[in-house]
Formats: sequence, C-alpha cells, structure tokens
Amino acid sequence: MTAYEKVMAARDAKKLTAVDYISHMFGDSFIELHGDRRFADDRAIVAGICMLYDTPLTVIGIEKGRNTRERMDRNFGQAQPEGYRKALRLMKQAEKFHRPVLCLVDTSGAYPGIGAEERGQGQAIAENLMEMMTLKTPVLTILIGEGGSGGALALAVSDEVWMMENAVYSVISPEGCASILWKDSSRAPDAAEALKMTAQDLFDLGVVERIIRQPKAEDSAMFESLKLLISRTLEKNLSLSAEQLTEQRYARFRKIGTKHLS
Amino acid sequence: MDLFAFVKPKNELESAPDAKQNVPFVPEEMWMKCPKCNTLLLTTDLEENLNVCTHCNHHFRLSSKQRLEMFADAETFVEHDADMTSVNILDFPGYDEKLEKAREKGKESVICGECLIGGVKTVLCVMEAGFMMGSMGTVTGEKITRAFEFATENRLPVVVCTVSGGARMQEGILSLMQMAKTSGAVKRHSDAGLLYITVLTDPTTGGVTASFAMEGDIILAEPNALVAFAGPRVIEQTMRQKLPKDFQTSEFVLQKGFIDAVVSRDKLKETVTRLLKMHGCKEAAQ
Repeated sequence: MTAYEKVMAARDAKKLTAVDYISHMFGDSFIELHGDRRFADDRAIVAGICMLYDTPLTVIGIEKGRNTRERMDRNFGQAQPEGYRKALRLMKQAEKFHRPVLCLVDTSGAYPGIGAEERGQGQAIAENLMEMMTLKTPVLTILIGEGGSGGALALAVSDEVWMMENAVYSVISPEGCASILWKDSSRAPDAAEALKMTAQDLFDLGVVERIIRQPKAEDSAMFESLKLLISRTLEKNLSLSAEQLTEQRYARFRKIGTKHLS
Repeated sequence: MDLFAFVKPKNELESAPDAKQNVPFVPEEMWMKCPKCNTLLLTTDLEENLNVCTHCNHHFRLSSKQRLEMFADAETFVEHDADMTSVNILDFPGYDEKLEKAREKGKESVICGECLIGGVKTVLCVMEAGFMMGSMGTVTGEKITRAFEFATENRLPVVVCTVSGGARMQEGILSLMQMAKTSGAVKRHSDAGLLYITVLTDPTTGGVTASFAMEGDIILAEPNALVAFAGPRVIEQTMRQKLPKDFQTSEFVLQKGFIDAVVSRDKLKETVTRLLKMHGCKEAAQ
C-alpha cells in the first residue's frame, strides 16, 4: 500500500471505531462517564472505567461513529475543548486511584470551529500535554485510525504509543499540506509520502513503539492477544514509582528527533 | 492643442517642475505606511515609538533582534545554543531551499538565552516571524526545551515572546512532537515553583498556541494580535462559518478568559519587570 492508500484505509468508514474496540476487549464491564464538569459533555470523546482482567482501567477514546447518524452525533470524531477537558478530568481521576489509562485515538483533528476557539481549543490541548507528561499513573495510547495533529497528540503524551498497521499520524492532513505548499490539494498522495505518516515510518522515527495487526470484528482471538499485550505493558509500568514513570515518559519525548541536532 | 490641457493635474507637485525641486527629497526607506490606518510615518518616529503607529496604535511586527533589545537590559543578553540549525530530517521536498531562503532573514525561528530584565536575571526566548513565519520545527522545540531546563536547573524565571504560524509541516510528525516536549519542559519548570510569563504577539497560532504559548503562569498579549489555534482562514474554509468581528484578537481572547492582560508595547517591559519582582525574583548584584 502507498502512504495515501493507508490514509484512505485509516479513514475507511467501515473500519472499527473506539467503541468497537472497547466492546470487543472489555465487554459489559465498561461504565461510561460523561462531562467535563465545566461546560458540556463532548460526544466525540467516549470515556469510562472498565475491567482489564482483574485490574480496573480508565479508557478514553475519540469516537467517529459507525454510520451517518452516529457520525453526526459524534461530530465526526472532532473533539472540542470540553472533550479534551473531559479526558483530562478522567485521567486525573485515574491518577487519584492509581488506575492505568488507555487512550484510543481516531480523529482527523481537533474541531476548527468558532465555538471551539471561543472556549479555548489551544489552551485545552496545551493543558493536556502538560498534565499528561507528569500524570502519576501509566498511560498507553493506541492510534486506531487517523491521528490528526494536536487533536490526536492531546491524548498521546503517554508511556508508549502504538499504531494499528493501517493507522496514520501526522501534523497536518496530506490534503492540507498539499494545498498550502503546492496550492494543489490533488497532490495529497505526494504529501502523504513526504510527511512520513504511516506506522512503519513513525516506528522508524521512534515516535511509536509498536505496530499492531489490524483486528477484524469477528476475530476474538486477536482482541484477546491485544488485550494481553495492553495488560502486560500497563502492569510493567504500574510497578514503577511515580518518579520513575514520569522521568521515563519525559525521556521518551525528549529523545525523539534529537539525533539530527547539531 | 492638447485636448486635456484644461484638466487640472491631480498632483500639482508632479506637474510643476519648479515646485518639485523645492520639496525635500525623502528616500523610501525613511517612511512607512501603517497597514491599518494608511498614515505615512517617518521611520525615525516609528522606531522612537517602539514600532507602534503614532496615529492609530497599530503594533508593527518586530524582529527577534528588536524584541530582544526591547526586553533585555542593554548588553546583558547571552545567547544559548546559537549554532543549532534546522536540517531536513525527513528529506521533505523543497525544504532545503526554504531553509536557505529563511536564513537570509534570520538564524532560526527562535532565539533563546539569559539576560537581565529590569535588573532581574531571566531566561528569555523570542520567536522570529522572519524565519518561516516562526514555525515550530525540531530546533525551535529543542531550543525552547533547553531554555526551560536551564531555567529549572538554575532556578530562574522564563519569559517567552511568541510569534508563530504553527507547526512546521516540512518536519512532519517531528514538529508535532515538539509540542509535547516543550510542554513537558514547561511543566517541570512549573512544578519546581518557578515563574513563566508568556508574551503573545501577532500572530500566535496553531501548535505554538496549543503548547507553550498557553502554558504561562501569566499570559500577556500585545494589542490586536491574532491569537488562535485554528486560524481564521482554516475556520472559514473548512467550516464555512462567517467569523464574528474582531474574532481571535488579543482583546477577544481576553474577554473569553484565556489571557491575563493586553499590554501595549510601551508598558510591556515595565509590566514584566514588576511581575518578576512580585514573584520574589531579585535584582542581580551589579
């Protein structure tokens, strides 16, 4: 597959969304929690507590919706400030009870609308980046589809970041990049190539730790092995002291791209 | 007979050669037109007024050098990581040429170092709009991160003047990662109980807004600066929404509760100095 074909696969309306992953891995144990306690409940973010085997887990996902009605209800997976604030509230809650956090990211980006700007989209994302870096509980992020810029990063300042084999993660959409740089959005395939946004590219750049084979809805064995992998990773990080954990997280981001610096 | 001889020339000076000789010669670099009110301003007057229009208070953009001169006490600024330069890590088409061109205007999109501000030892970072519109690449993020780490180690306050079009897309995901890295460095500085003051200038947008620009203990902005996450053009194009008047100006963002104060340029240094001193930052011994 070319980079742009992967972009298309990541956007495929038929692929599994965050709620699919939650129901396949955690089933009935999931209790959804709503709201940012400040303004509203952002439906683009689905979050709550569930059981990962014997361990309670906070799970936070960006949900695109599986059909037109759902997609409208979920604002096409574009979160507003209240969504990022809901996510942070529940991460802080997880920290309080020393419960690990799993984030599932699938978004074309944070919502670029008037209301979102008025309510401080930039501030909401910035606060998540800051607070996640020192969150005193393990955090793992899996990019399950599109990882669109700051809106994805706001849930991805984690101990490890994994990607589905056909997921993409980028600072800008290839269409946006092509239209800004070359005034021609039809050159998006070239931009997708240049931006190095596929799982393999990002693994090579040290931005993600693991590439995961895309599970299919009916493939319960694959979900089971993914769940096991998640459990082992979080378990390992749960045994670290808060200081070790946050030092390790800072070091992770500190070293990305630095080998090219003079 | 010239059919139009009766038409009075629009500009008498142009048509009267004698008069023209009596007009003092004003070279173009000596005056500037204010982009907001169209008044012609003598550059000397403009410079004396800190590059603020004497007529309508429009704040002209400053270079990083002018910004440094404005904040740092004379001859106290010591630059850090001056030789760090951007490279085309991803082999992005056209980026090398862009960098070369940008280097004619500035060294990098941010200058960091230490200096005295009103006698107080401070780490100061100023961004440079001339260098690829102050976009945040790996070097930008690294220099800012190092500045915060230096400040944390030496227990110093930090002042950052932002101006940026956002992330630098030619560095792809690595530019996005700078948002996480700088935010982490800011957080550690903050957790050490140290003061960080942000000064937002026109324009501050995108990935810089969604990271260190919005993370100051105190956030100041110059009047009428564009302060946004998604810029007005992005919103208009992708959402087809008509924007309210004065949307995303400093004054608008102040009214929405996201910055502490709008401070005009002539009061900025004084305000920052007073704030530094109110946070126990002492004047350095002479």
